[in-house]
Amino acid sequence: MKKYIRNLVVAGLTSSVAVLASTSAQAVEIEYWQYYFDARVDAMEQLIEGFEAENPGITVKMTHFPYADYRTKVSAAIPAGEGPDVVQLFYGWLNDYRAANLIQPLPEADFPASAIDEEFFPMVQAMKVDGQYFALPTAVRSLALFYNKRLFDEAGIESPPATLDELVETAKKLAKRDGAGNLTTAGITTGMNAQDHHWWREVLVRQFGGEAYQDDYKTVNYASDAGLAALNFYTSLEKEHGVSAFGFMDEPQAAFKAGRAGMHIDGSFRIGSLNKIRGLKWGVAELPAGPDGTKSNYSSYWVNAITTKAEGEKYDASIKFMKYITSDAAMQTWLDVVGELPAKPSVGLTDQNANNEVFGPFIRGLAYAHTTKFANESAQRQVLMDMVARTDIEGQDAKESLAQAAEAEQKILSEYYAK
Amino acid sequence: MSFYRNLSIKQKQIVWAWMFLAIPVLFYGVIRFYPTGNAILISFQNWNLLGARTWAGLENYEKLIADPVFWKVFKNTFIYLLLGTPVSLVISFIIAYHLDKLRFMHGFLRMLYFLPFMTSAVAMAWVWRWFYQDVPIGLFNNFLAGFGIPQFEFLNSTTNALPSVLAPAVWAGLGFQIIIFMAGIRAIPTTYYEAARIDGVGWWTILTQITIPLLRPTIVFIVVFSSIGFLRIFDHVFNMTTNNPGGPLNATKPLVLMIYDTAFNSFDMGYASAQTVVLFMILLIVSLIQLRLLRSK
Repeated sequence: MKKYIRNLVVAGLTSSVAVLASTSAQAVEIEYWQYYFDARVDAMEQLIEGFEAENPGITVKMTHFPYADYRTKVSAAIPAGEGPDVVQLFYGWLNDYRAANLIQPLPEADFPASAIDEEFFPMVQAMKVDGQYFALPTAVRSLALFYNKRLFDEAGIESPPATLDELVETAKKLAKRDGAGNLTTAGITTGMNAQDHHWWREVLVRQFGGEAYQDDYKTVNYASDAGLAALNFYTSLEKEHGVSAFGFMDEPQAAFKAGRAGMHIDGSFRIGSLNKIRGLKWGVAELPAGPDGTKSNYSSYWVNAITTKAEGEKYDASIKFMKYITSDAAMQTWLDVVGELPAKPSVGLTDQNANNEVFGPFIRGLAYAHTTKFANESAQRQVLMDMVARTDIEGQDAKESLAQAAEAEQKILSEYYAK
Repeated sequence: MSFYRNLSIKQKQIVWAWMFLAIPVLFYGVIRFYPTGNAILISFQNWNLLGARTWAGLENYEKLIADPVFWKVFKNTFIYLLLGTPVSLVISFIIAYHLDKLRFMHGFLRMLYFLPFMTSAVAMAWVWRWFYQDVPIGLFNNFLAGFGIPQFEFLNSTTNALPSVLAPAVWAGLGFQIIIFMAGIRAIPTTYYEAARIDGVGWWTILTQITIPLLRPTIVFIVVFSSIGFLRIFDHVFNMTTNNPGGPLNATKPLVLMIYDTAFNSFDMGYASAQTVVLFMILLIVSLIQLRLLRSK
């Protein structure tokens, strides 16, 4: 209501002034769209309030939709000249949105690429196409190792593992079996369906000396010795060391929540739901380093972009809004309200944030995180799930399964980029 | 108005009939026929939900024929049909046949059989999914482990997964089929049975010469109805395998799940529409064949 009255007042003032002198600031309303998630909507409301206070004459109208309808609504509205001026999208959709001419590049004058390269965590560079940034995140997510403190105490383990070798040793101490030899507590959860496919792609393959993709994620490169070593390490957790079982307790996060798993690799977005589990004492550590000390991580994020619908004064207002929601203050607000990590080291690596018991390991992981440019995330995830399933269920040789997976994934990428 | 007044009574009746029919016709036109036609059109185009549709000709159908996953899924769909329909038909007939003879707690038993049909498929699929898990949470495997028997891989297996997913789907459909069968059995005139008994005929002859032949219309209905159901199976499979939809290794993936995945994960609407058209053709052909085979002579 207050906003409405203010709009009226501003509109009234400007129109009366406009009669006297035609050169005056107009009241501009821009639209912002995001998908519906309670905390995100709250945080954005706070940001909009702050933005409007700083920029009298601009109002921002936020609209949100259920996640399932989001893509269809956005794609229908913008070409029709309706809908958002600033829109939120998943980083993996950038190519599709660009190709469909739904978003426009951020102007070099206001968002110089060199400054962004420097100010943001490096994985944000995935949003740069031919030297131009198309979108920027307010917040990012990364992976870390969750561990169950109670099980650690029981097994007499003092600190979470720092390397992959330690990870195996720690998991061996945590795993429990019943009289018949069935696993009842997993040392570490495994399951390519959850976050493990990211761990394998961007972390394990690198730690064994390879790189899962080449040529800006257009060429699959993991059918190599490094890829094989990474796959063997991953499957050895179940097959050789017996500290895990694929699909143990249906879902990895379920096993961890139930206190039936000592360790669990997951994203920062899991923090909220773990906080709700009563009686679960958990801690977070950075992902274990590789045999040669290599550290790596995977980061994903939602970004904001200016749509092709924004023109003239709405375009100028949209630029101001984009600047505001990618500012340090906005990132701190987002961390406090939503619990998502700041996208800039200047906010993330403050003493208070980087040493935070829960967020710290995630934020420190951002410094060396990579972002996979997916053509079709669910199909590419399926390839890795099938790769492990073939060795597990059908007893296929690891090397063969790896080659088959690389071929299948390359087909997805080639088809996508041929369009 | 004078136009209406000049019409004969018969013609006026037709006008009125069409006025009332206009609402369902319009409704069907907008929510059934228009999308169906559109889906057929999109199957010849490329469209990712964003941006423009571009003409693709037969490209999507060529891709479909060359796609090994499609043939795997095609096979799965028919396994669901060829396993699910006869099994559920036989079980539901046996139960209905004996339930019909039973007087003690008849209503209560009938309710027990009908309950699964009223239960939400999603809830049921999740409960069965947990039944099937390994130790320590799976009911069946905990039971086996209690006797020292090795665990049985229900869902994490390329051979056992499909029957495991099918079982609750069959169970869920039983209640409905039993009710239909019982109605069919009750509708058979008792005079035939009396005549048979006077002739001193055994129960097997009564069953095969009287009951089953006279149940033909009921059987046709149930076969067609449950075939369409199994050809379109989705919710049980999707909910029991959300971690790896249609998996492991596409062992349980039916055609509808592939369509869903292509449309809403890959955003390849053209390819998904081509699959939909194929499903439509399969449903049409299977239904026509069944109607012809089971048509009364």
